[in-house]
Amino acid sequence: MKNVLPVTTVLMTLLAIWYVAAALMNAPLQEDAFANAGRADYSTGELIAASWEMERPKLPAPHQIVAELYKLTIDTAPTSKRGLVYHALITLEETLIGFLFGAGFGVGLAMLIQSAPILDRSMTPWIVASQTVPIIALAPMIVVILNQFDIGGLAPKAVIAAYLSFFPITVGMVKGFRSPDPLQLDLMRTYSATRTQTFVKLRAPASAPFFFASMQIGAAAALVGAVVAEVTKSEDGGLGARLLAGSYYGQTVQIWAALFAAAALSAVLVGLIALAARAVLRRMAFSR
Amino acid sequence: MNARISDLLPPLLFGVAVLALWEAGVRLLGVPGIILPAPSAIFLRFISSTPTLAADFLQTIRGMLAGYLIGSGAGLLVAILADRSPFLQRGLLPLGNFVSALPIVGVAPIMVMWFGFDWQSKAAVVVVMTFFPMLVNATAGLANAGSMERDLMKTYAADYSQTLRLLRLPAAAPFVFNALKINTTLAMIGAIVAEFFGTPTVGMGFRISTEVGHLSIDMVWATIVVAALAGSSFYALAAWIERRVTFWHASYRAREH
Repeated sequence: MKNVLPVTTVLMTLLAIWYVAAALMNAPLQEDAFANAGRADYSTGELIAASWEMERPKLPAPHQIVAELYKLTIDTAPTSKRGLVYHALITLEETLIGFLFGAGFGVGLAMLIQSAPILDRSMTPWIVASQTVPIIALAPMIVVILNQFDIGGLAPKAVIAAYLSFFPITVGMVKGFRSPDPLQLDLMRTYSATRTQTFVKLRAPASAPFFFASMQIGAAAALVGAVVAEVTKSEDGGLGARLLAGSYYGQTVQIWAALFAAAALSAVLVGLIALAARAVLRRMAFSR
Repeated sequence: MNARISDLLPPLLFGVAVLALWEAGVRLLGVPGIILPAPSAIFLRFISSTPTLAADFLQTIRGMLAGYLIGSGAGLLVAILADRSPFLQRGLLPLGNFVSALPIVGVAPIMVMWFGFDWQSKAAVVVVMTFFPMLVNATAGLANAGSMERDLMKTYAADYSQTLRLLRLPAAAPFVFNALKINTTLAMIGAIVAEFFGTPTVGMGFRISTEVGHLSIDMVWATIVVAALAGSSFYALAAWIERRVTFWHASYRAREH
């Protein structure tokens, strides 16, 4: 709680900078608008106020984004395609499906790597290399390939979300499975525990903090994957499709609203995992 | 030398096996080229379209490099500036962590609107994407110098800038390089995704999105190969510089034995 004051201060400063920037960036446009309307008698104050209320500003003022978010979530029916709730739910669904598969695959891969040194040595360099490849570039390909097999709808986007989320989970879990210290492993050996027993009773529980940390990163990555996949396949909606539509029609306020909705979604997902982590880790007596 | 070869052999064999399986699978099952082209077809396309691929690469790499340098540099600079004020740091760090988890690629359409279709807008996206990981990592790194070493600097009557230059920046180097490595990947992603929102008719992201439309999938894969090579070499370069600069760090010393 001791961070509340500094964080609010920084936030307020950022908001102030934002308003100044909005006025500076929009003023030339607004001057043109005034000139077109035949008005020359405006004061600087009027110009600034007007630059915060433009319909298609270069940079919308924060209150415009909040108003747009309010209009698109509270004032619009959740089932309406014009509202953000509808699109956010599509994105959320893709993210969750992708994340579940990505997490399962990621943990499974980590178990394989942990159990067989030869797999570790032959696969790890490729798993690392697979991440230096911009997977996002593969997104349109995955959509095309799955379309050929008549798998449309959510699946291609969920696949991309899964692809982006598995890697941080694999890396984190391998680290987690190897986190017990040698003393504890020796103790298991003196009990003549089998590899499976060592895994179930020592390695798996010891990896819990790593599990939650990598789940947080994985969930955020899955959301990025879902949003980008929606940009490349925008006809079924989603927050990424809203971004693309907004950029086609120059609707800056709409872009910012979609961006904030995606940010909120990401924050909620990561926050929920953090809450679960706190509850579980406390019960498992991990001191944080 | 022998140790190096035995380190390289398993991953090499694995890679060759995957490529062979891919080639054999495509040929035996008769998978049409518009779904999944064989590696050999991609290679042929790669050879025959080298000039186009090179032009795309140069266009994308320009925005990416400019953004990477500015974003990482600004992140490091802000971390150093914020370091003097614990208050500012306590305010910036939670925010930086929060923003790092957000889908920042979404700013791409906004940047394209602000800076136009050319590489500048791609650089701007990359700046925003790479800034926060560097800020968070560098801040953690600057806090990394031990209290013993700090006390030693104090007994030498070292001033702030001497302590920063001789102790704390070197101690932060592993963290800074970690961010630099993460940022190579982010920069590639940012530059390519930004091209989906509008480009002059050149660039890897542009190539991918148009060639998918024309169903010339082998060209898409050839571009992906270029992106993969560029991404891996960029990462390898960052890792190589890291090893040269932070050779004293425990994670490298341990490996020599």
